[in-house]
Amino acid sequence: MKFTIERAALIKALGHVQSVVERRNTIPILSNVLLSAERGGVSFSATDLDMEIVDFADANVDTPGQITAPAHTLYEIVRKLPEGAEVELRYAGDDPRLQISAGRSKFNLPVLPAGDFPVMSSDGLSARITLDTNDLIRLIDKTRFAISTEETRYYLNGLYLHTVGEGASAQLRAVATDGHRLALAEMIAPEGTTGVPGVIVPRKTIQEARRLLDDAGETVELQVSASKVRLQFGRASLTSKVIDGSFPDYMRVIPRDNDKSLTVNISVFAAAVDRVATISAEKSRSVKMAIEPGKIVLTVRNMEAGQAVEELECEYDRDSFEIGFNARYLLDVAGQIQGEAAEFRFADPASPTLVLDASDPGVQYVLMPLRV
Amino acid sequence: MTPTLCRDCFWTGPEPQPRRCPRCASPRLVVHAELDRLTIAHMDCDAFYASVEKRDRPELRDLPVIVGGGKRGVVTTCCYIARINGVRSAMPMFKALKICPQATVIKPDFTKYRTESRRIMDKLARLTPLVQPLSLDEAWLDLTGCERLHGGTAAWVLARVQADIETDTGLTVSVGLAANKFLAKIASDLDKPRGFSVIGAAEAKAFLAPRPVSILPGVGPAFQKSLAIAGYQTVGDLAKADPKTLATTFGVYGLRLSQLAQGQDARAVDPDQERKSVSAETTFNDDLTQVGDLEDELWPLCEKVARHLRKDAIAGRVAVLKLRTTDFRIITRRRTLAVPTQTAKALFAVARELLAAEAKGAAYRLIGIGATELVEALGPASDLFAGDEARALKSARAMDALRDKFGADAVQSGRALKTNPRTP
Repeated sequence: MKFTIERAALIKALGHVQSVVERRNTIPILSNVLLSAERGGVSFSATDLDMEIVDFADANVDTPGQITAPAHTLYEIVRKLPEGAEVELRYAGDDPRLQISAGRSKFNLPVLPAGDFPVMSSDGLSARITLDTNDLIRLIDKTRFAISTEETRYYLNGLYLHTVGEGASAQLRAVATDGHRLALAEMIAPEGTTGVPGVIVPRKTIQEARRLLDDAGETVELQVSASKVRLQFGRASLTSKVIDGSFPDYMRVIPRDNDKSLTVNISVFAAAVDRVATISAEKSRSVKMAIEPGKIVLTVRNMEAGQAVEELECEYDRDSFEIGFNARYLLDVAGQIQGEAAEFRFADPASPTLVLDASDPGVQYVLMPLRV
Repeated sequence: MTPTLCRDCFWTGPEPQPRRCPRCASPRLVVHAELDRLTIAHMDCDAFYASVEKRDRPELRDLPVIVGGGKRGVVTTCCYIARINGVRSAMPMFKALKICPQATVIKPDFTKYRTESRRIMDKLARLTPLVQPLSLDEAWLDLTGCERLHGGTAAWVLARVQADIETDTGLTVSVGLAANKFLAKIASDLDKPRGFSVIGAAEAKAFLAPRPVSILPGVGPAFQKSLAIAGYQTVGDLAKADPKTLATTFGVYGLRLSQLAQGQDARAVDPDQERKSVSAETTFNDDLTQVGDLEDELWPLCEKVARHLRKDAIAGRVAVLKLRTTDFRIITRRRTLAVPTQTAKALFAVARELLAAEAKGAAYRLIGIGATELVEALGPASDLFAGDEARALKSARAMDALRDKFGADAVQSGRALKTNPRTP
C-alpha cells in the first residue's frame, strides 16, 4: 500500500475517527485505525466494538492496499506536521511497519493485519431517511444534557429516538432523562420514518455524532434497526449499537394538568439562579423559589457557606407557594431555552414541574422538585 | 507454661500435669499458647433448629430429628443423631428419609427460632458492642479491649457465656477463637458440638496448608474447579503462589485468596454489616410448567419479601428470580428496577417478565424471588419514575396496618387467594 495525501485532508479524516478509539485497550487492534487505500482515495475506520466511524479522503493512491496502525499516535504525528505538508504513507512487504514521510520527517509505526480488524455489519438497517442537519443538531442539543450517567439504569444512558403519531402529524422525537429531569424535543417526522423502531442511542454515540454534524453538509442520512443505528454525514459515517433495553414510559411523568403557570425572562432568571447557587451545598445544589403574584424570591441557605437571596419579577397571578430545585438542573434547562421567555407550569411543591420554551413549542422539560 | 482454661469452672492458669482442671478435675480444658491474646470469636449454635425442637419435645431427645418442609422439601437442619445416619442439611427430604426412615420430621417454626436467636444474641450484645450476626444462629464477636471490663480474657468471657447460654436456653453453641474473622469461623467448626477451639496466628498457615481450597470463603464448586485447573488444590498451594500471579489470574479476588491462604483477614467485625439480600423461595409439591401456575406461586413470595423490606425500612434495587429445574439445575435471572422497591407489585412485575422468558415449556420444582443491592428506603419520591412505587407503597402500608391490627389474614390481595384459599 502506498499513497500521498494532503495533511489537511488526512488530519480531518483522522480527527473524525480517532476519538472513538479508547485510550486504553485490552484488545490491541482496537487501538488502531484501519487504512484502506483504493482508487481515488483512502478510507479510515476506527471502532470500540460498540461504535464504528468511517471517513473517506481524497488521496493520490499509488498502490492500493489495507493495513492498521495506532490511531492516536498517527493522529498526533500528523497534527504536528507543518501546515500544507504532503504526507506519504507506505506499507510494503519488505518492511513490516507503516512508513510515514513528510518533508524531512520520517516515522515507522508498528502495524497489525487489516484482516483482524473488526468490521461492524450493517444487517437489518432500514432504508435511508434524510434529515436536515440543523434539525438533528437541535434534537440533540436540546436533550442530551439530561442523559443519565448512572449505570444502574443503563437504559437511561442514551437518547431515546423514536416516532410518535401518524401521517402528517407524525413527529420524530428525542427524549433523555436521568430520573430527576427529562428533556424532550421533537420535529416533523421526515419521510420514511413510519414503522422504524425506536432506539436508545448511547451517550458516547450522541457525542461523536454531534461532533461529526459540525462538518456535515446540509443533510444527513439515518438508518435504523432494532439493534443498530447508522448516520451518514457526507463522506463520513457512524454506525453504533443501540442500548438493549426498554425506555420507560416517559409520557406518564410529563405533567399535563399543572395549572399554576409562571412566565419569566429566562436570561434574568438564569443569571439570578447562578448567583445565589454560588453558596449552595455541593451535593444537593438546592435553590428555594418562593413564588407569589408578580415575583420570585430565590433563596439558598447553607449551614456552612451562608445565605443568598435574590428577588426577580415574573408573570404569575395564582396562590403563593415555595418549591425547591437543583440549581444545576435549572441552569441546564435555562441554557436550552432559545426565546426570551420561559414558562414554568407547577402543580405543587412535591410534583414534577413542566418547563416550556415560549419560542419553541417542540421542546418540553420536566424537573423533579427537591424538598425544601 | 501454656495458658489453660477450664470450660466447666472457668479456672485459668498454666497447663496442669496431668491434663485435668486442678480445681474441678474436669478434663474439658482449652490449652493454647495464644489463649490470652486472641480476641476475635465466632459463635455458632449446634444444629440450631433441631436443638430447639428437641428441647421443646424431650421425648425426641434420643431420636433422629429433621427440620424441613413437605414431601418435596429439603432438610433445613438435622440433629446430630440424624447426621450419624448420613443426613445433611440441604439434602432433599425424600433422600434423607430413605437413609434415615425413623427420623421425626418437623416443619420449621421460624418465629420460635427467632425468639431463641434473640435471647442468645442479647447475651452476646452484653459482652461487646461489636457483634456481627451472620444469621439467626451465628455471629462474630470482637472482644478486643474488653478484658478490664469483664475482669478476664476473651477466652474466659466466651467460655462463661457459652455455659450461660446452655443453662438458660438449653441450647449448645460452639466457639471458635482466633486472630481474625476467617480463622475464627473455621475454628468454631472444628470441635462441634459444644466445642471451643482456638487457632493461633502462629499455627494458622500450617493448619490451613493441607486443607482443600473450598474452605476459603467465596470458593464454591465452580471456583474450586477453575482453581484446580490452574493448579491450586490446597490452601497451601495458594499460599505458595505469588500474589501477583493470583491477582492477574483471578483479579481482585486473587489477592484476597492469597491473604486468606496465609491466614490473614483484615475484615473488621462490623455490627452494622448490612444484609446483602432478602429472598423467599418455595419448592412445589408437583413440578410446574405453566406460566400461570408459576406466577401464582411467585406472588406470595414477592409479598413476603416486600413485607420484610418494609419492616426493615430497606429497599431493593435489583430483583432476582430463581428457578430450580427438575434435574436440580438452578437458574437465576436478575434485573435492575427503575427505582429501589419495597413493594410486591414492583417485584412481581419484573419477576414475571423474567419468568416469561424462562417458562417456555420447561418444568420447575422450585421458584424463588429475592431483592438485592439493598439501599435505605427513601422518603417521599425524589425520582420522576418513583410515582408508581409511591402509590403501591401506600396501599401496601395500609394493608400492613390492617394485618398488624386484625391478623395476617385480615386482608389479602386477590392474587394471593389462588394459592392460599380462604376457608369460610
